[in-house]
Amino acid sequence: MMPDLGKYAAEVAAAYIVSIVLIAGLVWASLRRGAKVRAELRRVEARRGRSDG
Amino acid sequence: MQQDRGALKSRGMASLWEYANPKRFMQVSAVLLPWMAGLSALCLVVGLVWGFFFTPDDFRQGSTVKIIYLHVPSALMAINAWLMMLVTSLIWLIRRHHVSALAARAAAPVGLVMTVIALATGAIWGQPMWGTWWAWDPRLTSFLILGLFYLGYIALWEAVENADTAADLTSVLCLVGSVFAVLSRYAVLFWNQGLHQGASLSLDKEENVADVFYHPLLVSIAGFVLLFVALVLLRTRTEIRQRRLQALLNRERMA
Repeated sequence: MMPDLGKYAAEVAAAYIVSIVLIAGLVWASLRRGAKVRAELRRVEARRGRSDG
Repeated sequence: MQQDRGALKSRGMASLWEYANPKRFMQVSAVLLPWMAGLSALCLVVGLVWGFFFTPDDFRQGSTVKIIYLHVPSALMAINAWLMMLVTSLIWLIRRHHVSALAARAAAPVGLVMTVIALATGAIWGQPMWGTWWAWDPRLTSFLILGLFYLGYIALWEAVENADTAADLTSVLCLVGSVFAVLSRYAVLFWNQGLHQGASLSLDKEENVADVFYHPLLVSIAGFVLLFVALVLLRTRTEIRQRRLQALLNRERMA
């Protein structure tokens, strides 16, 4: 299944690994911060809802 | 008749500006986001698997040609992300729409990661082909400076406490940095001592790479563009929520 990359196998593999790790890290960080801020906002809105009501 | 056309045009413009309303943006982006994310994942997987596993080696570059599926789309997005930030910064400066400034802020880390991917894959590709990881070539140098502008832009947002002042200052920085975004693309045309070649893709078919490499490259580019859109939507939503959270906390503190 793995294509024969010849003498440049290390370079091609390194380019793919570096890029995939960076993209995965960016997506993970964006999702994590998104979830954190959303949870915090819900918490504060619920607290305000209680104190208003 | 003339009046009708004017009214129609202003109504059209008004509907465009509707998306600058945070509430409307949140509604629309909630619908769009899963589609963009799904399509982006699909295009990235198809484009990269096709490019990596099912394309032949180049007669001169061997298997390193497979790096094109990462290098070209990431470099393209690094430049276009900055141009998108330029447009949204101008909208902020002229019309004071907060969502616009927050979208620019949200796009910067995505653009920075694209710049790093383009620089890293370029260095990895350059070593076997040019015999060097790096050269102070006009295109490479202006691209590196663009990367530094991304860092400065992100740092400036973090450093200024007042949100509107931060948006103003970063918008001006974005205008200045646009010179390097444009140079990264066009420097090769007027400084011909560089190592890096000109555009890999162009509407002039004669200049393009061979079809066997071109088609998976287009799919990969579509994947990177959609990934950028999905991430900017997601991150802008987070910025809007963060802004609301901050406003609520400030209100509590004042009470």
